[in-house]
Order: sequence, then C-alpha cells, then structure tokens
Amino acid sequence: MIDQKTIAHMAHLARLKITPEESALYQEQLAKVLSHFDHISEINTEGVEPLVTPSEIELYLRPDEAVKEFTTEEMVSNAPEKNGHLFKVPPVV
Amino acid sequence: MDLRKVSFKELSQAVRTKEISAKEVTQFFLNRIEKLNPALNAFIAMNTSALEDAQKIDQQIAKNEPVGPLAGVAFGIKDLLCTQNLRTTAGSRILENFIPPYDATVVERLKKAGAVILGKLNLDEFAMGSSNETSYFGECKNPWNTEYVPGGSSGGSAAAQASRMAMGTIGTDTGGSIRQPSSFCGVVGVKPTYGRVSRYGIIAYASSLDQAGPMVSTVEDAALSLEVICGHDHRDSTSSQRTVPAFSTNLKPSVKGLKIGLMKEYHTQAHLKPDIEKTYLLAIEQARLAGAEIVEISVPLTQFAVPMYYLIAASEASSNLARYDGVKYGYRAEFKDLSSMSLDDFYCESRGEGFGTEVKRRIMLGTYCLSSGYYDAYYNKACQVRRLLRDQYIAAFQNCDVILSPVTTSHAFKIGERVYDPLTMYMNDIFTTATNLAGLPGLSVPFGVSDEGFPIGVQLTASHFEEQKILNAAAFLESVSGTKGRTPNVY
Repeated sequence: MIDQKTIAHMAHLARLKITPEESALYQEQLAKVLSHFDHISEINTEGVEPLVTPSEIELYLRPDEAVKEFTTEEMVSNAPEKNGHLFKVPPVV
Repeated sequence: MDLRKVSFKELSQAVRTKEISAKEVTQFFLNRIEKLNPALNAFIAMNTSALEDAQKIDQQIAKNEPVGPLAGVAFGIKDLLCTQNLRTTAGSRILENFIPPYDATVVERLKKAGAVILGKLNLDEFAMGSSNETSYFGECKNPWNTEYVPGGSSGGSAAAQASRMAMGTIGTDTGGSIRQPSSFCGVVGVKPTYGRVSRYGIIAYASSLDQAGPMVSTVEDAALSLEVICGHDHRDSTSSQRTVPAFSTNLKPSVKGLKIGLMKEYHTQAHLKPDIEKTYLLAIEQARLAGAEIVEISVPLTQFAVPMYYLIAASEASSNLARYDGVKYGYRAEFKDLSSMSLDDFYCESRGEGFGTEVKRRIMLGTYCLSSGYYDAYYNKACQVRRLLRDQYIAAFQNCDVILSPVTTSHAFKIGERVYDPLTMYMNDIFTTATNLAGLPGLSVPFGVSDEGFPIGVQLTASHFEEQKILNAAAFLESVSGTKGRTPNVY
C-alpha cells in the first residue's frame, strides 16, 4: 500500500523535499495512521451526501463595490526577493 | 484591585471611571511577562506599541468618548491570528518573518471593544499538535509543572492565562486545541459553533473545522469575550448571520431542570485515568443534586471521530498549506542563482526546509487521501460519515440539552513523552474531535484536581448556536468546583 515510490509521489504532488530518513519514517507512520482509517470504510454510506460545511450557510451577497484596502507597498512588504513592485522568482516558462 | 483576579466587567468599569488607567493595567502585565515568560515560553512576540495602544484608550476616556466593554483588558493572541504590523508566524519557520498588513476580524473586534493586545502566543506549528511541542520557537511549558506540556495546539494561550501573564487570551480549536490545553492548565476555554466567529485573518489549517475562541479565567469572562468576537463578517463566507445573544447578561449559573446527556460510548471505549473519572463522576453528581436530569444518550459514530478528523483535517491542510511557496511571502530557501532554478525545486526546497516534521507528515497524509484513486475511498467517504455523525448528534439533542463528558483521558503529560508516536498523540483528542466534525459548540471548564495537583476540566457540548446552555451549565459547575480562579501558587 504505502511504499517508497508512493511516498516519493506524494512528496512530489505536495512539492515537499524530504530526506531518505524522513521518507522511511513517513512510510512507517503513514501506513499505521492509514490502517486506522480503514475502519471508516466499513460504515454504510449509500446515498449519503458528503458534508463539508458543518453548520448552516446562508447565501450572502455583498454590494459589488471596489474597495482599496492595501497599498502596493504593503502587498510586497513581505516579499523574500523583489524588484520594485515585482516578486523575483525562478523562470516559469 | 488584584489585576490577576479581577473580572473583565469590573476592570473595564474601573478603567472607564478612571479608578485605574489602561496604561497601568498593560504595564502590570508587561512586567509579569518579563518576569515569568522566560521559564514558560508562552509569548513568542511582543506588541511594542502596547503601552501606546493603552494610552489611546485612556485618552478616549479623558475626552468622554465611548469605549467598548473590554476597555483596558489586556489580551494575548494565539500566533495563528494575523495582527497588523505584529509578526505572525503560525509557530513555523516558513512564516518566521511574516508581518501581516492587516488584523484578523477577531483582533479587530477586540481592539474596537477597547482591549489591548500584549503579544502573540506560542502554539504547535500551524495548529497541528496537542502539546505545543512542534513549535519552531520552542516548547511551551505548563505553569503547574514546567516539565509537563500545557497541551495544544493553543498551549501558549493556556499557559499565559493560567500564569496570569494576560487577563484574557484567544486560541483556536480544530480538533480540541482550545479545550484540551484549557483542561491541562485549568482555564475556561470555549470553541463556538462553526460559523459564530469569523475566520478572516486566521491562518487556515482545516477550513471546515477551525474556530477561534476565548481562553480565560472564568465563565463570565468567556461569555463577555464571546459577545465581542462573535458575529457575521462579510469577509468570511462561512460566517453565520445569526444574531449574537447577550451571553454575559443572560448568564445563569444553574442546571435546574436541565437535561444532561452522558454518552454511552465514552463510558465503554475510553480508558480514563482514575482521577479523571472521579472528577467526571463528581460533576455528574453535583449536577444531579442541583436539579439536573441525567440521561444516557448514544452517538455511535464518535468511535470513528479521531480517524475521521485526521483524515479530513490533513486533507484540508494539504490544500490550505499549498500557498506557502516562498514566492510572495514567507521562507524561501537560499538559492545561488534563481535564473537557473527549476520552479519545482524552488518550491520543494523552500517548503521542505520551511515546514516542520508534523506539518509535513499531515500534508503527505492529506495529499494521499485526496489523490486520484484514493479521494473516494478516503476523503469523500469521511465526509459522508461526517454527515451521519452530525445527524446522530442532532438526534441525541432531541433527548438532552447539553452533553457532559471528560475533556481528556489523563491530566497533562510530560514533555517528550508522546512526541515520537503520532498515533498515541492523536488519541489525545478522543473526546474533542467529534464536536468540530459536527460543528457544535463546546467548552472546557476546570472542575477537579488530579492526584498530582494538575487541573482537570470537564467538557460541555450543545446543539448548534446554543452556547448559552453550555455557558450556564459551566457557570454552575464552576461555582461548585472549589477550583474557580485557581492558579499555581508561584504565580
């Protein structure tokens, strides 16, 4: 079920770099936790709609008004690397 | 006036009538933090403008301008809520230097009510944990015995409150993270109904489970805090439009005529330590003697609450934490030359170095449960069972007004005792996770003392939006507990 290949695949999907030690640890721990989840599969849920939001949600619409909440300076103030108002990143193409 | 013991109502009245200034109150707590925090590591960032903020309250009062019901009350805020211009880290390296440009709605509301923010409180990284041992900024210690955990993930809030380094604190609860540390540290902690408190500005862990709430010294203070922080917010689409009742004005410490439900499953499945069981049984007996009707109820699916919680929470977390990519904010790994980097490596290294072990474990778990081929078997299935669990609770509340249960199976445990086995750590949440899954309000109120002198809380749960019922019952239990306002002697 959970082998090193699966761990590597999940790490890639999650864009997480993990060490070989972490990989071995996660393989063991995740297998244990997942076997705990297997009990849930025994419950009869035929025709049951999945529940995501646990209490009542009323549709709320607000007026379509543009509001300026932040300045550009505030928005880039936490940038690890920037060039003026631009965020510096590796090539994306 | 003993600022360690005075109620929010009395203090704000004293500030309004200039018997004491907000600045004096703030200075008192800043002094306590300076003296006590090094041994406890509850506060991980201080608001350097706290005295200035307090002074503004005093100036408003001097000009006869109206101030809110929490005027001068000094609060600590769990470092999961954004505070404008005050570093907010989620207890993680990945946000080590993040300075939010805005306040969370909860913080906004507290400030509008006249509260002064002292600083930010320690927590398990991204609120993932039950002991405050996963924080990048070091463990927080339990004030009752510093070799023990304060609980988690709102460990800093519980420790700061128990040692009176703040008048009030705010925590968050996704699977028990307000109630469990409240029980471990002997404070009153409330998780409101899902939707009562806006999640805007709260760093998201599991969006369908997270709720912020007060962790304070008395039920009366909790009721007043809730009135301030609850309410509709158009910036949170899951925020309820229901009117917020006057919880503190309507507070009645009585259980006469109240139907208190005891969960059959908690008697048969959980292995309570003897002193926890003794406290729980005493609470039931006191309630019975005061005119409550004790009924047995059954919510069978609670036996699956812990695996359901971890499956759903980890899945939602894997999605919520995808935003931490080192691009616009947060930790970015050191790269010699950005222009020759692959974007994948950029993300993988920044995130791999920025997140701690528990966070990575849960992201991996969540990614697995949501991945192609497993989504239906895991995440979707858990959400279906979640609906059935909620329906079982709704049915149970046809036969009772509130549910009384333990909060944990034992008192606080030693630092390092459970950190190496995730499954054992996860089982800490056995009594609390079902409440979040169903979206119900729940609270922990200190009631007993363990054989080793640690506080023991009991938990009250009610139907959606029925916080008043649990506040009233908690106020009664508090009044007969013999432990109201109890703090460790050294504090």
